[in-house]
Amino acid sequence: MDIRTIIAGVFLGIGGFFIIVTAIGIVRFPDFYSRLHPAGKADTIGQALVLIALMIYEGFSLISVKLMIIVIFIFIASPTATHAVAQAAYLKGVVPWKKKKKDKK
Amino acid sequence: MSFLITSIAMFSFWILLSGEFTFILITSGIVSSLIVAYLSHDIFIGKPDLKTETGRIFKFIRYLPWLLWEIVLANFEIAYLVLSPKLKVDPQIVRFKPDIKTDLGIVTLAHSITLTPGTVTVEANKEEFVIHAIWQKSAEGIINGKMQRKVKWIEEGTNELEGEKNV
Amino acid sequence: MFEITAVAVTIAIMITLYRAIKGPTVYDRVLAGNAIGTKTVILLVLLGFVHDRPHFLDLAVVYPLINFVATIAFLKYVEMGRLD
Repeated sequence: MDIRTIIAGVFLGIGGFFIIVTAIGIVRFPDFYSRLHPAGKADTIGQALVLIALMIYEGFSLISVKLMIIVIFIFIASPTATHAVAQAAYLKGVVPWKKKKKDKK
Repeated sequence: MSFLITSIAMFSFWILLSGEFTFILITSGIVSSLIVAYLSHDIFIGKPDLKTETGRIFKFIRYLPWLLWEIVLANFEIAYLVLSPKLKVDPQIVRFKPDIKTDLGIVTLAHSITLTPGTVTVEANKEEFVIHAIWQKSAEGIINGKMQRKVKWIEEGTNELEGEKNV
Repeated sequence: MFEITAVAVTIAIMITLYRAIKGPTVYDRVLAGNAIGTKTVILLVLLGFVHDRPHFLDLAVVYPLINFVATIAFLKYVEMGRLD
């Protein structure tokens, strides 16, 4: 068990944690606009951490270069897709939810 | 000129992805990159002004580590919001007018706001930015304008004279 | 080590599928579709490492582009009613 495998395992664990948190967040949040937040952001970070763990495990080779290309592309494309969905919903009139204050009549 | 730069960039990308150097791969790489560069060299490189663009790219590369640190540090906030048993979600909408003139600056600002947890850009153009924040702390983080100052620092290398000549 | 992460990603895909079926507006379903697509990329890379086949990485380079273009095309269709 050398040090590289251990560091890769730690990063894989954190990345997997973020991916599961994203999935739970998409189901649990109360309104469309708040579901955008986990899907656009924690998903990207979870993926970047998993791919960085694989890059550390592999060392310097052609495979690491391809993984870096995937990471760069996901960092550019995933927030843009989230913004596109948000703008389309805003233009069509989906109304955001406001938290009700605690004065029940 | 832009045709040449585009075809060289495409061919280096081809070599990077394949990794072998046989004759048939290199020949098909050259043919493919010439065809793609012929079809798209206008879009890939616009009308560049070489001195300001390279200056901006270096400043952009210096801006990136701060952004990555903010992203990693504040993603634990989303994990805290998802996993807490009571729903602490309290969405707000913030509007402001951006102070940025170039297209690259607007794209960078919208991207940075979407990537930092707590806020999602809903509408982004030169007149108005509409942002959806997930709880009160993120809304205050946007209103105090720290991110906007950093992005403005990237694009301020251009003199005003050169900017007006290029229009 | 890789197998455990692959199982975790599969569980995440199944949880997101619940939102894709249930979500009241159509934009919820588009969002869930995009999220499932990006998780598929991770699954491809991990399975390529487990079975020791480096060619799965080439597929993993192309699939985010396809997923992104499909999301944008679907949004355009929902907004305008036609694709051109």
